[in-house]
Amino acid sequence: MDYGTLRGIITIVVMVTFIGIFAWAYSSSRKQQFDDAANLVFSDDEQNSVSKDSGEQK
Amino acid sequence: MMNHSQPQGADYNYTIVRQFALTTVLWGIVGMSVGVLIAAQLIWPQLNFETSWLTYSRLRPLHTNAVIFAFGTSALFATSYYIVQRTCQTRLFAPKLAAFTFWGWQAIILSAAISLPLGITSGKEYAELEWPIDIAITVVWVSYAVVFFGTIVKRTTSHIYVANWFFGAFIITVAVLHIVNSMAVPLTMTKSYSLYSGAVDAMVQWWYGHNAVGFLLTAGFLGMMYYFVPKQAGRPVYSYRLSIVHFWALVALYIWAGPHHLHYTALPDWTQSLGMVMSLILFAPSWGGMINGIMTLSGAWHKLRTDPILRFLVVSLSFYGMSTFEGPMMAIKTVNALSHYTDWTVGHVHSGALGWVAMVSIGSLYHLIPVLFGHGRMYSTNLINVHFWLATIGTVLYIVSMWISGVMQGLMWRAVNSDGTLTYSFVESLEASYPFYFVRFLGGVFFLAGMFIMAYNVLRTVKAPKDSLPAIAEAKAA
Repeated sequence: MDYGTLRGIITIVVMVTFIGIFAWAYSSSRKQQFDDAANLVFSDDEQNSVSKDSGEQK
Repeated sequence: MMNHSQPQGADYNYTIVRQFALTTVLWGIVGMSVGVLIAAQLIWPQLNFETSWLTYSRLRPLHTNAVIFAFGTSALFATSYYIVQRTCQTRLFAPKLAAFTFWGWQAIILSAAISLPLGITSGKEYAELEWPIDIAITVVWVSYAVVFFGTIVKRTTSHIYVANWFFGAFIITVAVLHIVNSMAVPLTMTKSYSLYSGAVDAMVQWWYGHNAVGFLLTAGFLGMMYYFVPKQAGRPVYSYRLSIVHFWALVALYIWAGPHHLHYTALPDWTQSLGMVMSLILFAPSWGGMINGIMTLSGAWHKLRTDPILRFLVVSLSFYGMSTFEGPMMAIKTVNALSHYTDWTVGHVHSGALGWVAMVSIGSLYHLIPVLFGHGRMYSTNLINVHFWLATIGTVLYIVSMWISGVMQGLMWRAVNSDGTLTYSFVESLEASYPFYFVRFLGGVFFLAGMFIMAYNVLRTVKAPKDSLPAIAEAKAA
């Protein structure tokens, strides 16, 4: 295999990988999981500060 | 969803975080003071007092090492140890090894502060420290990796929060970069020669150099951003899914951008072009991350009016967006032909270093220090606001003066007369730069003054009696 073919294959592999990561991250079945993950920042707070935060979001 | 019997604040190892948080302020002042001194030396050369270890050539690496590896890296140690515990909801793994990383890192900083002014250097930019110190760095860094990843392994949450992915990438990549770039043949205890030579040496050096920017000064501080911006804004990150794409795109692309430091050198042309193209593509994930951070505030913009800590964080993201637009632009070969070796580069670096790295660290520390010392808020919110304006004005003065001076130098150096001779001598371009050097010095003084105000505010917060500093929202309710 010559160098040009190898480069072409690598380009396709990298592109497919990127589209794969994108599809994985944005698939609707993982929405809830990622919403929960985003709230990890707040989940170990004391109860009162959590309620304070949600109150301010209005 | 979450288990509500998880450990509360008291169970976390905050000692190590406190130590690194306070040394961040100390090393910030030291590193930036040296910066202001060398900026002054460029206007008033007699400020080296005819003393070899006070010369610009020896203090400049001291300044860069102090702000990157003492100030910036201490901030990364503090925030990564804090964030990994709180988002994994577990105590730090191997507390004694964690303590070793603190004392080991301080010893490395001190040895740098002694060896660099003495003129002991391997001559590689941002990697000047000689081989015995390089080995010590490797030992401390591997210990850091063990503590960090050990904590992730023993987490009680199922998901690894995105900030930890960024910190993890930063820790692994810096280890690889440091070990590969520092490979050398020791001659004596204080002198070694690089294993590489010629164009290969240059390529390895800037593969290291640009990824120190990409992984230490970017990925690490993005980890900080993904925790402290949502926390301070009181709402989760704008798009968690975007943060995943952001992470993989950023770590996959940064590693290729190094050759843009070597345009029009002995480096092969194709390597230069590859570096240029990869740097241009890098714009996309950089702005994706910036937009993700700033949009976290959507619906909470009003908080910017009252919260100077949030202002620090959001302005840092704005400077991050500016520098990551400017960077790819400067990586274009034709633009680089004008900007390279001029003050424009210095301005670009400081737009990232002061505007992004320092300001996101400062904002994070103002959030962190009251939590670490059991208070609801910092001693004075007004002083945070004063610091914010000093830092912003200082950064703007710095980068605007360097832009003008850089473009001017680039134009003067390339100007040719009709007979092909150079229009200006180098000294003429230097003379024309003096007014801008003064504005740059002034910007540095502003920024440094802000750091002193921060040190006072931190000291008063640390020493404040228990319960004397209630959280602002609670104070209003009372």
